[in-house]
Amino acid sequence: MSTTAETAVAATEFKGTLTPNPLICRLCKTPAEAAPVAICEHCLGPLDPAPNTDRILPSRQEIESREKSIWRYIEWLPFEGTPTLSLDTGFTPLVEAPRLAKLLGVAKCWVKNDSVSHPTLSFKDRVVATAINAAHAFGLDTIGCASTGNLANSVAAHAARAGMKAWIFIPDDLEQGKIVGTQVYSPNLVRIKGTYDDVNRLCAQVADYFGWGIVNVNLRGYYGEGSKTLAFEIAEQLGWRQPTAVVAPMAGGSLVTKLRKGFREFTEAGLISGDAPRIYGAQAAGCSPIVNMVQQDLQQVVPVHPNTIAKSIAIGNPADGIFAKKAIVESGGYGAAVSEVAIVEGIKTLAKEVGIFTETAGGVTVAAALQLAQEGRFKADDEIVLCITGNGLKTLEAVTDPSLSPLKDAPVIAPRLREVRSLVESMQGA
Amino acid sequence: MAISINLPTVLSKLAGGNKILEASGNTLGDVINEIALTYPDLAPRLKDEAGEPYPFVTFYLNDDDIRFNGGFAAPVKDGDEVTIVPAIAGG
Repeated sequence: MSTTAETAVAATEFKGTLTPNPLICRLCKTPAEAAPVAICEHCLGPLDPAPNTDRILPSRQEIESREKSIWRYIEWLPFEGTPTLSLDTGFTPLVEAPRLAKLLGVAKCWVKNDSVSHPTLSFKDRVVATAINAAHAFGLDTIGCASTGNLANSVAAHAARAGMKAWIFIPDDLEQGKIVGTQVYSPNLVRIKGTYDDVNRLCAQVADYFGWGIVNVNLRGYYGEGSKTLAFEIAEQLGWRQPTAVVAPMAGGSLVTKLRKGFREFTEAGLISGDAPRIYGAQAAGCSPIVNMVQQDLQQVVPVHPNTIAKSIAIGNPADGIFAKKAIVESGGYGAAVSEVAIVEGIKTLAKEVGIFTETAGGVTVAAALQLAQEGRFKADDEIVLCITGNGLKTLEAVTDPSLSPLKDAPVIAPRLREVRSLVESMQGA
Repeated sequence: MAISINLPTVLSKLAGGNKILEASGNTLGDVINEIALTYPDLAPRLKDEAGEPYPFVTFYLNDDDIRFNGGFAAPVKDGDEVTIVPAIAGG
């Protein structure tokens, strides 16, 4: 007879079997075997997992009866069988935000709150959950990533729990919360002198040389599909329907493409109906190559050198830029790039109006939504979801930087009632 | 001393299994053209019909993305290192 403790431990060990789907090139449609490979041999385009065309799809009731994690949507994830690792990621809250709706001039607004994602407080837990299962299925014992911080945290934590080795590469100037929040899990963490784009280039070579499962390089196809669960959850949590618009941050550009894909797949399955939401992409003005493509109708990515406090989305050479622009434009959405001060104000607005403390990428999303509202991009009857993808405790530097829009110092007083009375009176008079 | 070109595995298969090639020229375009002549199977993977890089392949000259330095027109000198990397995802 097992004890409770033994049962809890067993739940973290490998069990079940999972077979990753074969791959197909997004550009030339050439098929490829399931493997830790992300590049088409024929045209060098990105490989995606082939869709699950012959799968029996569950009903709304069947999905609702399952565990509250990303795996309740297993039929739309790139595997056959039962997941073995990271079983409890996903199903974060969808929080209604009436005061934010009023600020945006729309009928309804919700925040999809991945700042409380399990286990590392960012939406990257979704993509790592799918990537680590692919890595395990391929028999890899080492995973890794190139990261702007959140992915580093997530890969380190998921690998630690699974007992896998991790090699994680980050730019050397990341926020302390991102560095410490990775190191604590004891991965092999390497800080690279350069930008994320430099780290990314290095990791492409590392994956090629060592054969490790670098989640956003050679496991990218399986990794990216995890993002769709954000759309699936939004649709289910809204009562099996779609919002009219979604605002999401953009770094490499994958998330906005997967949001669109997720809503489309649920529509094709008959689980939801109506028009697909307009997708709005948000970037910092200091690194906005995809917004530039949308606003200037560019056909190619024109890379930029990032210069922004929103380090988690500071990617100057976005791999999915072309696809992101297409998803945004086809959906009828648009892009917005926001200033550094607006990012900090966005963080503070979300905290004050919704009670959610997000990191800089979330500040970008809120600020972009406010800017788009000012530009008249939203309608009075819009029902909007903002994707908040990371937690503010990881980027405390942003809200304390004296050169931007820092929080006010809290008063320091003696432990005397009269001092509190005096303080309250002075504030009432203010 | 020549210019060295680092190929990813997916491309080295088209270059006789060589992961590092050597070539010479005044611009990166010259270097790519020389490789393309030596390894005809590799040629259509390095440049499109207009002779330009594909959007999903990034060329780095030493540490710099060539799109910041004129693309294939970027000047090169002996000892330079070119790295070819398929575009990869965010993080």
